[in-house]
Amino acid sequence: MIRTEKLSRHFDDVIALNNTDIHIKAHQTTVIMGGSGSGKTTLLRLLAGLECPTSGHIWYGKDDLNGMSQKRLYQLRARMGMLFQYSALLNSLSVYDNVAFPLVEHTKLDKSVIHTMVTMKLEQVGLRGFEHLMPSQLSGGMAKRVAFARALAMDPEVVFFDEPTSGLDPISAGVIASLIDDITKRTKMTSIVVTHDVHAGLKIADHVILLWQGKVIAEGTSEVIRHSDDARVQQFIEGRPDGPIPFSRSETSYIDDLLHKPGTVRMS
Amino acid sequence: MNKTNITQNSITLFFGYLGRWFLRAIESMGDAAVLSTTSLAHLFHRPWQGKHIVLQLYALGVGSFVIIAITGAFTGMVLSLQGYYTLAKFGSESLLGSGVALAIIRELGPVLGAFMMVGRAGSSITAEIGIMRVTEQLDALQMMAINPKARVILPRIIAMIIALPILVTMFDIIGLAAGYVVGVELLGVNGGAFIGEMIAKITPMDLYAGWVKALGFGILIGVICTYMGYRATPTTEGVAKATTQAVVAGSVGVLVLDYILTSFFL
Amino acid sequence: MQSYRRIEITVGIFVFLGIMAMAWMAIKLGQVGGLGSSGYNVSATFEDAGGLRAGADVMLAGVSIGRVASVQLQGQEEALLQLEIQQGVKLTTDAIAAVRTKGIIGERYVRISQGADDEIIENHGEIEETESAINIEDLISKYIFSSAE
Repeated sequence: MIRTEKLSRHFDDVIALNNTDIHIKAHQTTVIMGGSGSGKTTLLRLLAGLECPTSGHIWYGKDDLNGMSQKRLYQLRARMGMLFQYSALLNSLSVYDNVAFPLVEHTKLDKSVIHTMVTMKLEQVGLRGFEHLMPSQLSGGMAKRVAFARALAMDPEVVFFDEPTSGLDPISAGVIASLIDDITKRTKMTSIVVTHDVHAGLKIADHVILLWQGKVIAEGTSEVIRHSDDARVQQFIEGRPDGPIPFSRSETSYIDDLLHKPGTVRMS
Repeated sequence: MNKTNITQNSITLFFGYLGRWFLRAIESMGDAAVLSTTSLAHLFHRPWQGKHIVLQLYALGVGSFVIIAITGAFTGMVLSLQGYYTLAKFGSESLLGSGVALAIIRELGPVLGAFMMVGRAGSSITAEIGIMRVTEQLDALQMMAINPKARVILPRIIAMIIALPILVTMFDIIGLAAGYVVGVELLGVNGGAFIGEMIAKITPMDLYAGWVKALGFGILIGVICTYMGYRATPTTEGVAKATTQAVVAGSVGVLVLDYILTSFFL
Repeated sequence: MQSYRRIEITVGIFVFLGIMAMAWMAIKLGQVGGLGSSGYNVSATFEDAGGLRAGADVMLAGVSIGRVASVQLQGQEEALLQLEIQQGVKLTTDAIAAVRTKGIIGERYVRISQGADDEIIENHGEIEETESAINIEDLISKYIFSSAE
């Protein structure tokens, strides 16, 4: 359904994505995993059209996101939802108004219909009865669930999840993960989840894409990933500090830096 | 390293720094101009943002009335007081009315009014948009197919442009009334002379000059403050820095623009 | 959206008051569309206008009856003044226009004294009798030199 072709994104000298080709199938949960700086958040933002790629294409069916008119992009986004890492609720609006926001903006539905739809979405995420609260009064987990309800408001075909479980306690994280799994299966939507939470990621994924240094290093079902014999994959899913993925990112040699006497260190 | 080398080094450093700063200033001016014109272009596109302009007029315009009234009142009072003691030395107290009125209408109303708006409304615009950037609310609007330039930037600039001339006019009237009270009621200047001189000396041109300045400052503050917020580095310090920069750039900008506009009107 | 209605009304009042305040200032203080349209023009030439500027008062018997519309140089040696006189004020053809100063260091204005003629100056007419500005320096030096003799 969504396909990228030689997708690259550079930030000045830093290469976040390097000629990445991925394929995301409809009606299932695709989990994109990788360590910090592996380019996974960049990939998600590119897929959502929030950033422009340096080069390459993103195909939604026959439409290329790269070079698409804003009008067409907004039409496409009417069928997309996104759950942001920090929820991104509009903090001047109550829980109810946040969830109702896309409906009020993009439909001409009656207030009573909108009320029914908002109540349904809040019921789906288990927050019915909290309509009147303001975003500042919510815990992190609740805010995420409200944002989830908002992302679902327009019954999207594709929903993007940016680190849905980060910053949450294990139970809240589990709740969010099972909500993603459950709602994807029930409503046949396409979920794209970016996370470094191996446990939750492998649990809900139909398809896993593992990124490292802007490249796909492994792909497949959770089982395939678990039993991969790639040392980098094993290191990542087991969280071992030693292995082919280095923990330190120093540019210069440690010995060299130690041998330089104070005061003579090169200033760059 | 010998001494001349060091001085040469610091000179090139200084000019390098100055050059970089200048280029960056020019670059961000162009960037701000592009951002605000593309945002303002949405005024002529659907959806119409009337409701959001009204909300911003309420927050930025109505909300600033009290501080503008207080500033205006004290400006008029102190001008009257200062002017009286200077004019009394020459026995020309009767000129007090025209002095106070000209100072307020041509200069102090627009400039002090604009300063107050930079501090109160401008800083809040920058901080609010900056926080929307940090908390990904601007991206969230994008994902909900709502253009943040049309929804967030446009109403704030328009509200600033409408509110500032109105607030400056209120500043003027309150300042003149307060100046009258101090000059006539407290210091004993003849009330008829105060008002008569005031009316005789103020030409329509003075009023237009004041309003054109207010309009110019409204555009300037709106553009600078929305730009600083929109382009803020998405971190807590980034927003803090952007807010400070918005207030500094806004205030300095007001003074520079004031000089330019004054030279046109004299 | 009850509260939005209230905001809307408040903003409406704010903008309305603002426009009223502007109109009030324009009419009361700026006298926009006041004097200019209801006056007539009279010219006068002076040997020395004494630094008089456009906008200065024109007074008759200590009452302001108009403004100086423009000050120009005429024929390389004289000052030509255009005066805007309020409708209804009738100046005799032998009226005298003089450039005077309010107080010692006050500003310049044009003082008009009526003559005895029955004829009246029409629109775009001219006041022929004029007195130039009194120069304080000249007066003082005259006083000093005369007392020294």
